[in-house]
Amino acid sequence: MGKSRVALDVEIPSDVKYIDEVIELATRKCRELHLPPQKCSLNVRVALAEAISNAILRGNGEAAHKHVKIRAVVRDDAIVFDVVDEGPGFDLSADRPDPTAAENLEHEDGRGLFLMKRLMDNVERFQKDGNVVRLTLYR
Amino acid sequence: MSFAISKQGEVTVVDVEGQLIVGNRQELKQKVLDELEKGEKKFLIDFSQTGYIDSSGLGVLVSLSKKIREQGGELRLANLNDDLQTLFELTKLDTLFQISDTRERALESF
Repeated sequence: MGKSRVALDVEIPSDVKYIDEVIELATRKCRELHLPPQKCSLNVRVALAEAISNAILRGNGEAAHKHVKIRAVVRDDAIVFDVVDEGPGFDLSADRPDPTAAENLEHEDGRGLFLMKRLMDNVERFQKDGNVVRLTLYR
Repeated sequence: MSFAISKQGEVTVVDVEGQLIVGNRQELKQKVLDELEKGEKKFLIDFSQTGYIDSSGLGVLVSLSKKIREQGGELRLANLNDDLQTLFELTKLDTLFQISDTRERALESF
């Protein structure tokens, strides 16, 4: 295993207005690392935006005194994002309706986790100093 | 991030400038619903100046599509870049919306 280094380490209040700033920062880091352009402009942006908004809205319930931490670690083979909230967590493996099924296409909600899983190579959730959602994208 | 509304004949055109995400989706929804309330029926959302869309942005488009249809109107989308096209294909929303390559083609499709 090669060396890994922290490329991003930020903490934001539980307010969705901060999401775009973090996404732009993460996208810039991704480009500096020379990941394929679409991985930066689509995969990282959308999957990370989903994880952060989930942390703010569901994890922290938009509580003003709670924060979300976002950390990116670069490895030789991948970039790994941890999004940490102060909530109890959720069951990543729970059965959820397929948002691409014909009967669900017109549902307004239910695409967030689906997009995270489709746009990242690996999505994990665990407790470590908070509720962590870990997104891994191989180079 | 903003939404510019203009008229091209009978069509209400909305330009999405920047992102369409959880932080601004309600603004887009309200602007389109206001036009619908005024009696507008034909809507085109142009994404030529759009960076990315998250799941809540997609959800608002789905919701607006239903509301416009319920009022006897039509919604078209135009100018999806490669990333947005991929996003619509992943979610199969490319099968739900009528999507045109250009604004002109979308306007002609009404």
